[in-house]
Amino acid sequence: MCLVRDLVKTYPATRGRRGVPATPEVRATDGVTLDVRRGEVFGLLGPNGAGKSTLVRQLTGLMRPDAGRVEILGHDIVRHPERAARLLAYLGQETTALDELTVALAAETTGRLRGLDTRRARSERDMVIDELGLGDIAGRPLKKLSGGQRRLACFATALVGERPLLVLDEPTTGMDPVARRAVWAAVDRRRARHGTTVLLVTHNVIEAETVLDRVAVLETGRVIACDTPAGLKDEVAGEVRLELVWRERAPLDVPEVAALRAFAEETGRHWSLRLAPDEARAAVAAVTGGEAFAALDDFTLATPSLEDVYLALGGRTKGLVKA
Amino acid sequence: MSLVRLPAATDTRRRPSGDAVPGSRGAAPLAPRARLLPALGAVYRAQLSRARVARIPLLFVATFQSIGIMVLMRGVVDGGAEARAVVAGSSVLVVAFVALNLLAQYFGQLRAGGGLDHYATLPVPPASVVLGTAAAYASFTVPGTAVTAVVGSVLFGLPLTHLWVLIAVIPLAGAALAGLGAALGLLAPRPELATLLGQLGMSAALLLGVLPADRLPLPLQYARDLLPSTYGVEAFARTFGSQPHWPAVALDLAVCAAVGVVSLAVATWAYRRAAVR
Repeated sequence: MCLVRDLVKTYPATRGRRGVPATPEVRATDGVTLDVRRGEVFGLLGPNGAGKSTLVRQLTGLMRPDAGRVEILGHDIVRHPERAARLLAYLGQETTALDELTVALAAETTGRLRGLDTRRARSERDMVIDELGLGDIAGRPLKKLSGGQRRLACFATALVGERPLLVLDEPTTGMDPVARRAVWAAVDRRRARHGTTVLLVTHNVIEAETVLDRVAVLETGRVIACDTPAGLKDEVAGEVRLELVWRERAPLDVPEVAALRAFAEETGRHWSLRLAPDEARAAVAAVTGGEAFAALDDFTLATPSLEDVYLALGGRTKGLVKA
Repeated sequence: MSLVRLPAATDTRRRPSGDAVPGSRGAAPLAPRARLLPALGAVYRAQLSRARVARIPLLFVATFQSIGIMVLMRGVVDGGAEARAVVAGSSVLVVAFVALNLLAQYFGQLRAGGGLDHYATLPVPPASVVLGTAAAYASFTVPGTAVTAVVGSVLFGLPLTHLWVLIAVIPLAGAALAGLGAALGLLAPRPELATLLGQLGMSAALLLGVLPADRLPLPLQYARDLLPSTYGVEAFARTFGSQPHWPAVALDLAVCAAVGVVSLAVATWAYRRAAVR
């Protein structure tokens, strides 16, 4: 379906100007190799700056890689970047081209530019607007919509004019749960009906765990792991996560709490600990008894998330979102 | 655990049924491209609709600026050739304001903000995007230019007989200036630079188009000859006479058309270059 081999892209170093510091050369994509299978929702997970968008821009023919191979449905995208537009629909993060159009016209125009005739473009526009529940705001310019609504309208434009591959760069940013469900329901319908493949860029671990079939974890331009979310989580199966929230501050005079501090990642009155199951059990017993319990506001014990996987794999940046 | 294991290879090795592509055996068929004219129409319509949201206040500014200049110049020039030059220059200035200045800004911002990605990931010919947008911006200028021309003619007591020539002047001067604006916007490395170049182009059209040519110093007269809007101004100014010299009008408009073709071709090339980085 989509095959990536040893992809490399380097941004050249820039010289500093007044007020702008110089930046060294950056390997935004550093030897990436991936296989996306037909009909799956494949995710690229990583914090901001991991190189997700740069990678996606090379897959969509928007950016030429320095080296490596990209093949989509048997077409060489590095040699023929213009073919990407005829194989996939892309929802980027920037939508300035559509901002001043109404939702309906943005969808119709995109359909026309995707090669549909006027009648097809209009009927698909109506279908997609209906499917995503955009009817009430169809006549309003994107600029006047809230962030989540605008994102949903842009997602609608990506669906007009069926494509076998959808490349979605953080499609649900700013959306409320209703809109998110509409997005994933629309994606599921297309997978069931046409075997549509989805390449999803995200930094949201909860979303990654619920919607992805397989996920590649990116860190500074390299794929540090690639498996199903469950398969990845097996790698840290020996650990659980304990979250503690103290009322005011941690009761460090309690020896058990003071001992736990060494393992905790502190954010204000919030502690997060990755522990072996028996250690966690002991820790819970310690903080839910006596003096420590009086200072405790809330605690949760959870099996590892993809964020724990990311950290266990050596991820350094704390840029993943749980929402 | 929700892994879907589907045999990818067998699906992608199917023989192409429709649009066969040489040199890529076993590849999936490609969706059709958008054709030049329908895509151009779709871009034009979308751009025109933006006017309702974003452009109308600017169109008023463009028109009032030109009318204001004519009112000012009324105290300076006293009829005759100079009055014709002022009215024609002010009218074409509206075209320069919108087609050159605003379009340069639009493309500059679109390019800097990643807005071109949207078009670049659609199978649309670059010429459709550039020409559709340029045509829409040229269309925005129609009401302002017509109002300016009528008000100016009344103000300076010029005949309204040949104002129909605007039907040729607006699209041809529009093509030349919009092509220049689009090329500047797409070639400028930064959006601020695109804005600056657009403003400078418009200032040049103002200075060199509205002020009567024979009062300008010699170097500026040469500069005037290099500016495409000049030929639109000259063509329009000639038609205020009782017996316009039509071949000269046609020649001036032909220069506009030629500049339009060249600058739009450059803009299309610049778009292609800007779309894939």
